[in-house]
Amino acid sequence: MADTLPVKLDAPKLKAKDFKSSQEVRWCPGCGDYAILAAVQSFLPELGLQRENIAFVSGIGCSSRFPYYLNTYGIHSIHGRAPAIATGLAVSRPDLSVWVVTGDGDALSIGGNHLIHALRRNVNLKILLFNNRIYGLTKGQYSPTSGPGTLTKSSPMGSVDAPFNPLSLALGSEATFVARTLDSDRAHLHEVLRAAAEHEGSAFVEIYQNCPIFNDGAFEVLKNPETRDESLIRLRHGEPIRFGDKAVVQSGYGLQVVDADSVDESEIVVHKADVDDPAYAFALSRLSGVALDHTPIGVFRSVERPTYDKDVRTQVDEAAAGVDRKEALDRLLHGGDTWTVL
Amino acid sequence: MNTVRQLDRVVIRFAGDSGDGMQLTGDRFTAETAKLGNDLSTLPNYPAEIRAPAGTLPGVSSFQIHFADTDILTPGDQPEVLIAMNPAALKANLRDLKSGGTIVVNTDEFTKRNLTKVGYDDNPIEDGSLDDYQVHPVALASLTIGALADYEVSKKDAERSKNMFALGLVSWMYSRPTEATEDFLRGKFKSKPVIAEANIAALKAGWNYGETAEAFAVRFEIPPAKLAKGTYRNITGNTALAWGITASGVASGLPVFLGAYPITPASDILHELSKHKRFGVTTVQAEDEIAAAGAALGAAWGGALAVTTSSGPGIALKSETISLAVSLELPLVVVDVQRAGPSTGMPTKTEQADLVMAMFGRHGEAPIAVLAPQSPSDCFDIMLEAARIALTYRTPVMVLSDGYIANGAEPWKLPDMADLPDLSVEFATEMNAVDAKGEEIFLPFQRDPETLARPWAVPGTPGLQHRIGGIEKADGTGDISYDPINHDHMVRTRAAKIAGVEVPDLEVDDPQGDANVLVLGWGSTWGPIGAAVRALREKGVSIARAHLRYLNPMPRNTARVLEQYDKVVVPEMNLGQLALLLRGHFPGTDVVGYNKVRGLPFTSNELEDALEEVIKNG
Repeated sequence: MADTLPVKLDAPKLKAKDFKSSQEVRWCPGCGDYAILAAVQSFLPELGLQRENIAFVSGIGCSSRFPYYLNTYGIHSIHGRAPAIATGLAVSRPDLSVWVVTGDGDALSIGGNHLIHALRRNVNLKILLFNNRIYGLTKGQYSPTSGPGTLTKSSPMGSVDAPFNPLSLALGSEATFVARTLDSDRAHLHEVLRAAAEHEGSAFVEIYQNCPIFNDGAFEVLKNPETRDESLIRLRHGEPIRFGDKAVVQSGYGLQVVDADSVDESEIVVHKADVDDPAYAFALSRLSGVALDHTPIGVFRSVERPTYDKDVRTQVDEAAAGVDRKEALDRLLHGGDTWTVL
Repeated sequence: MNTVRQLDRVVIRFAGDSGDGMQLTGDRFTAETAKLGNDLSTLPNYPAEIRAPAGTLPGVSSFQIHFADTDILTPGDQPEVLIAMNPAALKANLRDLKSGGTIVVNTDEFTKRNLTKVGYDDNPIEDGSLDDYQVHPVALASLTIGALADYEVSKKDAERSKNMFALGLVSWMYSRPTEATEDFLRGKFKSKPVIAEANIAALKAGWNYGETAEAFAVRFEIPPAKLAKGTYRNITGNTALAWGITASGVASGLPVFLGAYPITPASDILHELSKHKRFGVTTVQAEDEIAAAGAALGAAWGGALAVTTSSGPGIALKSETISLAVSLELPLVVVDVQRAGPSTGMPTKTEQADLVMAMFGRHGEAPIAVLAPQSPSDCFDIMLEAARIALTYRTPVMVLSDGYIANGAEPWKLPDMADLPDLSVEFATEMNAVDAKGEEIFLPFQRDPETLARPWAVPGTPGLQHRIGGIEKADGTGDISYDPINHDHMVRTRAAKIAGVEVPDLEVDDPQGDANVLVLGWGSTWGPIGAAVRALREKGVSIARAHLRYLNPMPRNTARVLEQYDKVVVPEMNLGQLALLLRGHFPGTDVVGYNKVRGLPFTSNELEDALEEVIKNG
């Protein structure tokens, strides 16, 4: 198998509807997952691939139903294990575009280990983490991204768990591509998916996703026209980081939000996703906490590093080139100390 | 002048501190013995700690070899010869030694301090406590250092070569050639030729010591065994297993994918397979046992011959993934090299206590095929069978090896490549049904009427895009289904598929045809049971034997076989797990268990006694 994705130049151009499966979509009315599904279906034709060369792997949770609704190859696996299963597929099948769909519980709680190791290895996977900060499918317990004090069925006096910052975690895991987007911003979502697809290696995309049943309005502050200008930072590679009347500057070991007119233009940080030192992207990821006060979206980090799957294949391909396996097996068995009984 | 005496068989045990190189010494003695054409069987026994405190009882490492001029089945119950490199090795192994046996003891280590460390008040070499044995006190370390005086090696390096001195001496005692070991040492210390030459000099000094020291008046010869014609090599179970996986890839024409996480005693399979990339074998050392199984399953979905290898604690972690493989109906070979449990248990010691876990250790009704190799070399054949069943029936298959055969070695008659089975598979490439509108469609769970296997349509196949998952599927379409009747049907279908796996009939060895008692074993007890049965028959006792390599499904004729005997004795290194299955499957059978869980294989003597007792008591 060639080590590139098979693009058929003469194939008819596919449309979003070509990626809809026959299954009836069954998320709750108003769920953010609908918007993400529509965005993904409208984006997939851009890959320029045939449907059979795309594989979606998911774990367990509301978001993990995703593969059923796409007319590609898909596997709805077990809780937290999608990155591990996808790693096996990606290593052995370079001709596939492999996507992982996961949620905050699936990726960060039960499957945390697989997520960090997939990112560390830089396996060529596109990981979409739908973060709604709640367990939806099990009907509303706090998740590893729920804020302290969150009142749920399993935390009637308020959660005392300290949450993960998913992007900080991904960056700490040596991720080469880290981005964040919003379920409700179709154009931005599309743009981030494109950047993720173009990245060679693990691409980690956190998608803030509204759960209308158990955590409605969790990201409202980023969506409401009255508050979003104050809180939403749109990162653009090569441009100074400004939002509303604010700007981001260096401060101590990290970054700080200041009034734009209180600093000189030259002090405003110009966003560069390709900065090799992950400390910069990490500092960006720390601008917002649970309260979403200053929340960057866009591509935080996009750097090049050898991919695990390709390196594994290279070793095997080089060793196996031109080998007659049956003859080699005979030689293996007869190698070393043998003796013959006549 | 030495006398040469012919023997038909000998059991030798090399024992020393875990840093003394006893496993290497044993391996080399084994290679020399194999070269000479004796039949042989070996048993390494070492502590889990890489370097337990020097000179202590927990730090003792040993290697036992049984070799003979006839075919043999076990590494021997009791050594006749003990090489003890220090007081701890003597103390830990003496009770196993046959009365009247030979002890070669390294006197240099028998210092007051070392004796006290293991609880000897007096020096056993001098206090008469070894009067029942033939003791050869040899100052192994100082003789080695003396022999290497002209070599430019440190005293420490010279002292470390004492295992080669011991090997040379024992090789002389049993008339083994040493040329292959000399070549081996040159290869092993390629970058340090001085060390290589020093080791060779130590080996030769040991040999010459035997020849000249008057203490060794007799040397022994064990003529070659009359084995079947063919080319042989010595092989351990783990190596045979890894080669069996490699051969399955060659026989199926599929790429092999191994997902594994290091665990004793299965890691050697990962090590071995990682060397075989030229066969298209990919090995992924995963972040944990779950990921190892998951990655293998992902590769299986993609069309690889997927394997995951571990031991009991790791298999427990893989359980959920194996259940998913049952639900997805994808081929997955799972190897459990069993060790003494529960929990960490005794990682370097053997046991057969994962049988019930292999059968039932999953949630829901999740049947899988279960096989067990019966000897080190059988690990090769069993893997080809596991691959055949996994690929034909699109199912997980569990292979239950154990620490005893994983690390034990025996001569293996090499198979002819022309006899390699054809394991090629046909992937689905076309639509396989027509819908109500008359349009061609693909049904991912449309089954083969013979095998009940579903089509294996790998991603990348045009037009056959489909979604599969752990949620119950409608038979045929594979669509999500909560229909009660469909679920009942799917559970029964998955069970029927495994029950219908083709396996060879159970062979019964009942030469006189008048036995009332059948001894039925599984897995690694094959050797000790065989030796016990042989000994009983030599005494004129009638006994039948059979051995299960296929535990799920069991051979079709199993019921017929069991019906013919008044009693069925089932020796197991667990508390009766096969016995439990037999009582469930064949309630009319009088099953008598013989169970021990000491982390050690059965001796043939104890089995002989136990079987004789059952036969006598009718």
